[in-house]
Amino acid sequence: MSRRTTGEPDEIEQALRRGRTYTHDADRAATAAAQRLTRRIAEEALADVSYAPVDSPFGTLLLAATKRGLVRVAFPEENVDTTLQRLALRISPRIVQAPGPLEQMRRELDEYFDGRRRQFELALDWTLVGPFARRVLGVTSEIPYGGVLSYAEVAAEAGSPRGSRAAGNALGSNPIPIVVPCHRVLRSGGALGGYGGGLDRKRFLLELEGAL
Amino acid sequence: MTVSASGLPPFQRFLDAERDVVWRFLVSAVGSAEAEDCFQETFIAALRAYPRLRPGSNVRAWVLTIAHRKALDAHRARARRALPLADPEVAHDGGSSPSAQEQALLHDTPLWDAVIQLPTRQRSAVVLRYVADLPHRDIATAIGCSEEAARRSLHEGLTKLRKVVAV
Repeated sequence: MSRRTTGEPDEIEQALRRGRTYTHDADRAATAAAQRLTRRIAEEALADVSYAPVDSPFGTLLLAATKRGLVRVAFPEENVDTTLQRLALRISPRIVQAPGPLEQMRRELDEYFDGRRRQFELALDWTLVGPFARRVLGVTSEIPYGGVLSYAEVAAEAGSPRGSRAAGNALGSNPIPIVVPCHRVLRSGGALGGYGGGLDRKRFLLELEGAL
Repeated sequence: MTVSASGLPPFQRFLDAERDVVWRFLVSAVGSAEAEDCFQETFIAALRAYPRLRPGSNVRAWVLTIAHRKALDAHRARARRALPLADPEVAHDGGSSPSAQEQALLHDTPLWDAVIQLPTRQRSAVVLRYVADLPHRDIATAIGCSEEAARRSLHEGLTKLRKVVAV
């Protein structure tokens, strides 16, 4: 059935396609409406994950939080879409960009990078972390500002004395770096070892804390 | 944007991709004064239902279905408000009577005034076709009818507009 709904060049159809005369700024109005929407979604806690870009000495970090707490800190070189897509798969696709829920986290990170904060008071969400990594990162969270442990020591405290390589892997895939201080874990001889965000950043953080 | 089998995109990406078309649909269907509320209601409803979307869904037709329903609610609410306006007691209630600006926007041009006066299904068909640029199949999905019925509604809507408006 292909009954034509139109005749020849039709002025009505052309006028309809041009849109209303006052909609020339429609896309800007839509952007503003979408921003009011995401603010409302954050205020009424309708999203499962909120995220926001946050400035840092490393460049723009991406912070993501659930209702339980901070769930992800991504370094600037990590692809934002990939990070968000993984959060959608692992946690929920109800993800919106809204700075409100990340405000305390942004402030604490600022203070930390300024040297005015030695301990984070943020609630954390460990959803992205498996059981073994949870133990390793739990031990890591207890290392005080300015202190360091070796991979072997962390593995032993996590209940797996011969698992320093596995502990290294767990630290390397820490979804909440900086706040969960995996940079405070070094090789037994004092060499830096590895770091998901790059060794320069590990050195920067350890110097900031006075551990190097 | 279609939904891949590997999962739904983050809601923010869906909002980024669909907000302009939904906004234009609503401005045309209910006028810009009411578009804001309908827009909020549409995407709040979409957010609630979002995780239940099936892979392979046409998300644009899906969200315009919701927008179509919200526009319908707005028209019903306006029809209800129109009655008490005859009552002088209620006419003093500034909140329920349209502002001068709103009137101006609603009666922007004879054509769009006529679009808003169309019966719901014809109005949505016309706006989905020419403002949201949807194919007939997706118009049918959005207003919940057969493709043939969607074509017929569109045809009837255009016929009425041609009678009412000399562009």
